[in-house]
Amino acid sequence: MINFVLLALLLIVAVGIMRLQDLFAVTMLLSIYGLMSATFFVAMDAVDVAFTEASVGAGISTLLLLVVISFTGRAERKTRHKPYVALFVVTVIGMLLLYGTSDMPYFGSSDAPIHNHVAPRYINDSMREIGVPNIVTSVLASYRAFDTFGEVVVIFTAGIAVLGLLSVSSKALSNSQPLNRPRGLYQQHIVIRIVAKILLPFIFLFALYVQFHGDFGPGGGFQAGVIFAAAFILYAMTFGLDAATAVVKPAVIELIAAVGVLLYGSVGIATLLSGGNFFDYDYLLADPIAGQHLGILLIELGVGLTVTCVMVMICFGFSLRRKAHEQKAVMNISERGPK
Amino acid sequence: MELLISISSGLCLLVGSFICISGAVGVLRFPDFYTRMHAASVTDTAGMVLILVGLMMVSPDLLVLAKLVMILLLGLLIGPTTSHVLAKSAFRNGVKPKLTSNSNDQGGDTSKS
Repeated sequence: MINFVLLALLLIVAVGIMRLQDLFAVTMLLSIYGLMSATFFVAMDAVDVAFTEASVGAGISTLLLLVVISFTGRAERKTRHKPYVALFVVTVIGMLLLYGTSDMPYFGSSDAPIHNHVAPRYINDSMREIGVPNIVTSVLASYRAFDTFGEVVVIFTAGIAVLGLLSVSSKALSNSQPLNRPRGLYQQHIVIRIVAKILLPFIFLFALYVQFHGDFGPGGGFQAGVIFAAAFILYAMTFGLDAATAVVKPAVIELIAAVGVLLYGSVGIATLLSGGNFFDYDYLLADPIAGQHLGILLIELGVGLTVTCVMVMICFGFSLRRKAHEQKAVMNISERGPK
Repeated sequence: MELLISISSGLCLLVGSFICISGAVGVLRFPDFYTRMHAASVTDTAGMVLILVGLMMVSPDLLVLAKLVMILLLGLLIGPTTSHVLAKSAFRNGVKPKLTSNSNDQGGDTSKS
């Protein structure tokens, strides 16, 4: 019953997203959509996925979209053309997908292929082989470590791509005089600054808890990285970009993002060198279980580092570029002024 | 004792839910931005406190209780702050409260400024 209600709500929100023109409202609706998908996943007992969806879909992607909207303005541009071809393609593919679902097993049926292939092995043997109570973590970080490596590399590549599109030369930022701009909004909002100051340590602590508690409960590198990045972006938003870049320089963040991927990959190389397969943590230490624990800890750390830094990198990329725009505008005005 | 706790917990949950629903009604029915926001924020905070207290009474062990207390503190900090930020940014962007109810014009935002 609750599944039907949640799915109906998801559908309503999706239609609302399509019909609205105000991009700010659309972003908020996307956040609500992410939160409701997370609720839906909780109702289906997929707590780890729900956690990821809540932190990524409802949390940080909303934040990044808001940063983008501060660039582009909040009104959607009118499209003149009517995308009939796209509609046709989408309709045909949707029909095919609906046709395909008729072959799928019923929801929750026990003879579905997924319950007969590898899932019994994971459920029965993972405690003996990996020794980690959270099966999701042992699947993600040990049995399927190579796939997760791929995901991390994808995130890293996306970060580099965004950086390549957005990067401004540091020269353009540094050689201009510090501007006598009116005090920024963040300097006037004393309430939000105080509350952010109170909350930030706890958010960082929670991110660390999620990072290192992933073996025992829902959590892990992806979620922890996103929470950590969100806390850092909150700091940048409330105290200004200069304060945030004074804490960590953008170049350092880019370096750490690469170090995370490197750490993940080098764990795999280390297992190769000590005689096992790629990402076979049994060979890391003398005791296979301890080796598994160490391997999972290290690669989760790599994932967390990369995700945090890529998210912060994207946010900084947008903000620095906007700052460069503003400086250019101010300089143009001041050049034109005296004449 | 058991009975008393479960009854008072149920009462808290019920009142909290009622407050939340009344907040939703207020958001739909109130005339302008500020009263709507007021309805949403006050009732949300009060309802959240009551629901969490109701849950605390029936929490099985200390760990759950501690987590609920943390959620309560977090909510008490965040709820009023977000309402404050919302109201402040709305005021800065020129959203004016509707001051009179008996004036003839329906807009209410240009007549008194």
